[in-house]
Amino acid sequence: MDSALTLLGFGDTGWGDEIASGVAVTVSLALATLPLGLLIGFFVALAKQAEEPSLRLAANIYTTIFRGLPELLTLFLVYFGVQIGLQQLVKAMGIDATIEINSFLAGMFALGVVFSSYASEVFLSAFRAIPHGQYEAGYAVGLRYGQTMRLVILPQLIRLALPGLSNLWLILLKDTALVSIIGLSDVLRQTGIAARVTKQAFFFYGTACLLYLVLAILSSIAIRRIENWSRKSEVIR
Amino acid sequence: MSGAAAGSGTAVKRPPTPMRPWTRARITGHLLTVFWILVGVGFVAYLAAGWDSELVTKYGPRYWTGLKTTVVLVLSSIIAGSLLSLPVAMGRLSSNRFFGSLAYAYVYFFRGTPLLAQVFLIYYGLGQFHGVLKSVGLWWFFRDAWYCGFFAFTLNTAAYQAEILQGAIRSVPKGQWEAAAALGIGKIYTVRRIILPQALIVALRPYGNEIILMIKGSAIVAIITVYDLMGQARWVFSKTFDFQAYLWAAVIYLIIVETLRISWDRLEARLTRHLKR
Repeated sequence: MDSALTLLGFGDTGWGDEIASGVAVTVSLALATLPLGLLIGFFVALAKQAEEPSLRLAANIYTTIFRGLPELLTLFLVYFGVQIGLQQLVKAMGIDATIEINSFLAGMFALGVVFSSYASEVFLSAFRAIPHGQYEAGYAVGLRYGQTMRLVILPQLIRLALPGLSNLWLILLKDTALVSIIGLSDVLRQTGIAARVTKQAFFFYGTACLLYLVLAILSSIAIRRIENWSRKSEVIR
Repeated sequence: MSGAAAGSGTAVKRPPTPMRPWTRARITGHLLTVFWILVGVGFVAYLAAGWDSELVTKYGPRYWTGLKTTVVLVLSSIIAGSLLSLPVAMGRLSSNRFFGSLAYAYVYFFRGTPLLAQVFLIYYGLGQFHGVLKSVGLWWFFRDAWYCGFFAFTLNTAAYQAEILQGAIRSVPKGQWEAAAALGIGKIYTVRRIILPQALIVALRPYGNEIILMIKGSAIVAIITVYDLMGQARWVFSKTFDFQAYLWAAVIYLIIVETLRISWDRLEARLTRHLKR
């Protein structure tokens, strides 16, 4: 136990501070991806339930691609693809420079795109669960489309979509581990470095797993609070 | 008269189809569709421009072996995982507190941590104990990256499959059990002939999703040096620095996943045709 405490200690001898910074990176990446994914996912869901066929087609192509590709491959496509693309653009402009993509941004974008294509399905089924009369009632009292959306539909939508979205959040939290492969210093990368230096691979990867578990448990607590909050205004039947 | 006229296509004048106005939704939809068409055309043009028969004969077979590795890995871990999921699901369903919480802890661990971390824990983590593993004669298994990937995937998918199975069995109404018991049907026979046929239909869709998730998730074994489809793509990219290496892998993954998804939909439609109204 003593050695475990030394290994996880803060300061020069232990790896506690490095791993803690990894946790911060993991959490901030997931938190930064969430709004991006939710926003895109919401609009993709809107497009999917639109009457306009071309809009539906475009949205369906989007989700088919990003739900069909492995997350790791999406990440690589974004990371290397943007890097190579920009490199060639710069070369064409006659500037001699090497371009390095920020792995945080690449991870955020790739995970956000994947998250949004799953989130669009969640939003879509939530949209379908809201009766049409709700829209009609909104229009009947003189609300415009945007107002009906914001004041009538969205509050119900959030409640219906929450279980699905909280699932996706937990998946997102786990998927952030992939970003360690393109060099972002998240939990898994920091524990991996510690494992290589100290030769205590089992201990450090086990620590990483436990940290992810703790994050999942904390998220579940937060999600339960949000669910209670969202149910406050629910009609009691 | 009117029938003949319609047949010759002269007399009946149909009302003109109403003009569809160019609403904002329609314009956006067309722009986005055009965007996708451009992406598609650009994609094909890029692949066609970079088509080099020398490279294809050199690296093409690698993709084929990679694909085979991926398929074998996924299939074997799904099958092994389904076997392992049976006791776990039984534990989840049992009223015994000890087995119940053990199964719950197992499921919670494997569903709550990233697959990549699990693979690392098994491949690098257990490698630390190679002395012990050698002495019990298991080192040949944990030394090999493929076996480690297989082992990690099996444990992981078993947790997910146990949850699917457990949820499906719970979805069968209690009255079904009671009716069978009232008829004096044995427990095993009840499960086999009454509960499972109803539960597996509920479980069909989640099982299909799980297979797709496994195919996608299996890409991460490339990180522990297994040459699956992703691993081969990484290898080719490291040799050629040609971005097409990844694009071809993406095409192959998309084809597999879409084929599987469509055929699973067909299978489900076929198996649930008695439930259609």
